[in-house]
Amino acid sequence: MENPLNQFAVKTLIPIHIGSYDVSFTNSSLFMLVAFLFIVFLFFVGTSRRAVVPGRLQSAAEMLYEFTANMVEDNAGHGSAQYVPFVMAIFLLVLFGNLIGLVPFTFTYTSHIIVTAALSLMIFVVVVLLSLKNHGFGFFKMFFPPGAPIFLAPLLIPIEVLSFVFRPISLSVRLFANMMAGHVMLQLFSGFTIALGLFGMQLFAGSVIGGLFGALPLIFVVLLTGFEILVALLQAYVFALLTSIYLKDTLEAH
Amino acid sequence: MDANSAKLIGAGLAVIGMGVVGVGLGLIFNAWLHALGRNPSAAPVLRQMGFLGFALTEALALFAFVLAILILLNVL
Repeated sequence: MENPLNQFAVKTLIPIHIGSYDVSFTNSSLFMLVAFLFIVFLFFVGTSRRAVVPGRLQSAAEMLYEFTANMVEDNAGHGSAQYVPFVMAIFLLVLFGNLIGLVPFTFTYTSHIIVTAALSLMIFVVVVLLSLKNHGFGFFKMFFPPGAPIFLAPLLIPIEVLSFVFRPISLSVRLFANMMAGHVMLQLFSGFTIALGLFGMQLFAGSVIGGLFGALPLIFVVLLTGFEILVALLQAYVFALLTSIYLKDTLEAH
Repeated sequence: MDANSAKLIGAGLAVIGMGVVGVGLGLIFNAWLHALGRNPSAAPVLRQMGFLGFALTEALALFAFVLAILILLNVL
C-alpha cells in the first residue's frame, strides 16, 4: 500500500526563485487560489443583485456573513464589530480549504502545519499588539486573575503566561492534525477496499463474488466522508470562534 | 531491545493519551446532554460552549497523535 502521507506532498507547478528563496507556485498555492476564487465568486456574484427576497447565492453569502458577525458579537463583546472582516477572512479561508480538500484528487492546504501556524501566529501577533495598544501595560494584568491571593502569584503567573504562549500552538496543531488524521484515515480505508477485494477474489478462485469483500471498507469510506465534512465545518467554526475569543482580550480591561 | 522496537513502543505509549481524552469527551457530552435535558431553552448557549469544550479537549488527543506520528516518521 502507498504511504498514506504521500497525499500531502507539495509539488512545484511553476518554479519561481527570488534570490536564494524558493517561492514557487505549488499545488498548495493553486488550491489557495481556487478557494480565493470560490469566495470571491460567492460574495461578488451573490451580492451583485441585492434583491429583497434573496436567491440561493445571496442567501448563502448573507448567512455566512450573519453567522460570523453574530459569533464575533457574542464572543468578543461590545465594540467588536471592527474585527468582523478579519475573523471572516480567516473563517472563509479555513472553511473553503477544508471543504475543497475533501474533493478527491485535490490538495488540502489546511493539512500543512506551516499554513495553520502562519495563520495562528498572525492572530497571536494581532492580539498582542492590539492589547498593548489599547491597554498599555495593563495588558500584563491579564496574567494574574483578579481576586486571587497575592501569595499565589509565583505559581499562577507562570501558568497563565504558559497558557497564553501555547495559544498559537494549540490553535494551529488542532486544525492541522484534524485535517491530516482525517485524510490519512480516508486513504487507509480506501486502501483496505482494494486489498480486501483482491483477497476475496483470491479466496474464491478469481470469481467476482469475492470482490464484494471490498464493499465492507467502502461503506466505511462513505460514512467517514460524511464525518469528515462535519469535521471540516466544525474545525473552521472552532478556529474562528477561538480567534474571536482571543480578540476579546484586546477590548476588555482586566 | 534495539532502537526500532523502542521507537514503536514509545509511539504506542504516546497514543495512550488519546484514550484518556476519550473519557474526557464522554464527560463533556454527558454534561451537555444533562444540561440540555434540564433546560432545553438554553440550547444555543450550550451548543457553543459544548463545541468549544469539545475542541479544546480534542486538541490534546491530536497532540498525542501528532507526537506518535513524529516518532514513527523519525522526526523526533
